[in-house]
Amino acid sequence: MSSEAAVDYEKIFGRPESLKDSYTHYCPGCGHSIAHRLVAECIDEMGLREKTIGVPPVGCAVLAYNYFNFDMIEAPHGRPLAVATGIKRVLPDKFVFTYQGDGDLAAIGTAETIHAANRGELISTVFINNAIYGMTGGQMAPTTLLGQEATTTPGGRDPHYHGRPIDISRMLAVCDGVVYVERCALSSIKNIRRAKRAIKKAFRCQLDGLGFALVELLSPCPTNWKMSPKQAWEWVNKVMVNTYPLGVIKDTTGYED
Amino acid sequence: MRGNHVLGEAAVLAGCRFYAGYPITPQNEVPEYLSGRLPQVGGVFIQGESEIASINMVIGASAAGVRAMTSSSSPGISLKQEGISYLAGMELPAVIVNTMRGGPGLGNIAPSAADYFQATRGGGHGDYRTPVLAPSGCQELAEMTFLAFDIADRYRTPVIILGDGMMGQTMEPVVFPDPIDPETLPPKDYILNGCKGREPKTIYSMILDTERMYRHNLKLLEKYQLITANETRWETSGTDGAEIVVVAYGTAARIAESAIEELEGKGPSIGLFRPISLWPYPTMQLRSLSENVSKIAVFEFCAGQMLEDVIISVGDRAEIYFYGVPGGIVPTPADVADFLLSVGRGDGKIGRRIEV
Repeated sequence: MSSEAAVDYEKIFGRPESLKDSYTHYCPGCGHSIAHRLVAECIDEMGLREKTIGVPPVGCAVLAYNYFNFDMIEAPHGRPLAVATGIKRVLPDKFVFTYQGDGDLAAIGTAETIHAANRGELISTVFINNAIYGMTGGQMAPTTLLGQEATTTPGGRDPHYHGRPIDISRMLAVCDGVVYVERCALSSIKNIRRAKRAIKKAFRCQLDGLGFALVELLSPCPTNWKMSPKQAWEWVNKVMVNTYPLGVIKDTTGYED
Repeated sequence: MRGNHVLGEAAVLAGCRFYAGYPITPQNEVPEYLSGRLPQVGGVFIQGESEIASINMVIGASAAGVRAMTSSSSPGISLKQEGISYLAGMELPAVIVNTMRGGPGLGNIAPSAADYFQATRGGGHGDYRTPVLAPSGCQELAEMTFLAFDIADRYRTPVIILGDGMMGQTMEPVVFPDPIDPETLPPKDYILNGCKGREPKTIYSMILDTERMYRHNLKLLEKYQLITANETRWETSGTDGAEIVVVAYGTAARIAESAIEELEGKGPSIGLFRPISLWPYPTMQLRSLSENVSKIAVFEFCAGQMLEDVIISVGDRAEIYFYGVPGGIVPTPADVADFLLSVGRGDGKIGRRIEV
């Protein structure tokens, strides 16, 4: 063996600085781990980590402050956008985002969500839609699909009995304070790359002082859907997108993609 | 100045730079005043979409480091209880003003003191306490507002100012304490402002590990014991050698004072014991007073809530009489004088004797 000089490899992939070096409690195949990584990558790439204050929800991501490597504050269930409003108004030069699930953002926190968005708060929101209550064990979410089985919709969600799924992103799009809403999915490499671009764009809206921006991420929940991770991806791509079509829902930013 | 305006101005002078609230009678002059006044000093005013949103905005503002306040009236304060419990658990300072009105439910908009239990017993869920200050009159309201922010910051706790609709509308001359420049307040090492040059910080109340939650509860308990030792406040007048001592707080104490004046030289000698902090309640102070007095007369704008703290304090050391008027009716000094004369006679014609 001949001795060779150490090669100076270029580092092309690693853990984002905005993610702590820790294990998460998320299930195999869960979309949260991917979403966390995308958020962390965007914050790193935009140089925001040291001016970021994040507000996680109550739900599966309640412990996100153990995983993100920047300042974070807990909020009561559904209230992240009210807490974030208080922070952002006091510290307008900081970067403030909320990370919320469907129960938090579109059920118990609907009022806080709509009014913060409509005020045009300079806050960015990452909205995880997995059509189920994950942390509490699989009950119906506001976004649960018609016919979908949840522990509180035996036989599947019946529109006449349980009500219909809510499309809060489209509801928010009609608010004047909202400048950008896009729905993406964490269910293929292509979709995940698209989601990252959308998150970055939403963050940019805040930095440029344009208004409220939200990215909805259709997110697999293999555990509560009772599927394998692979089946869960397929279900997002083949079933969930029929109720929640992917794409830009509102964009008044004037940014070129 | 009107009580509600006194409160708003005192908050600004005490260094408050954030207010969020939702309209509810009879405290609307507070947000109205602050909507114009806070921006003058670089502060933030937000009319929230609900009481719930408002208290959560206060959580955010407090975590970001400023002195923050919300105000409401009884039904609105019920909605804020979730946030108050979180403030206690997260150990964040805030001032919450309750201008009490008649209840339960939507009740009415008349002065009441029916939220004593809610204020002093926790109100929200979990093992916590909230310091409660009960000013009597506009001058004390101004001073107590300063004190409320001071206690909130010093102990990292929500503090409640408990008033009523009458205090909010009463106009009296006030001398404000010297203004506080927020820049001169002691720095807070727990606040969130981005992790530049330091490790990231988190503020939360969820502690799943039972051993850690247990220790957190013990830490809170220690804090509440310290507050009890340092922040118990009360006032007495004419209690030395008195045959009857009236126990009343806030506006009720003002009415009782007038009644006592009216009765001077006309019957039994009467003194006044006025709790100023309702939690911590001046239990030991009232207890030692009750050793030397034969009759304690409790007067409240409700069906009997502070009465329970009096019973805890006095026990059977003295006879306890109670006159409570719920529903938003404000008794006149003459009504209270009649009660006190009845207490003197022991005939039970007005109010009732409480058997302990």
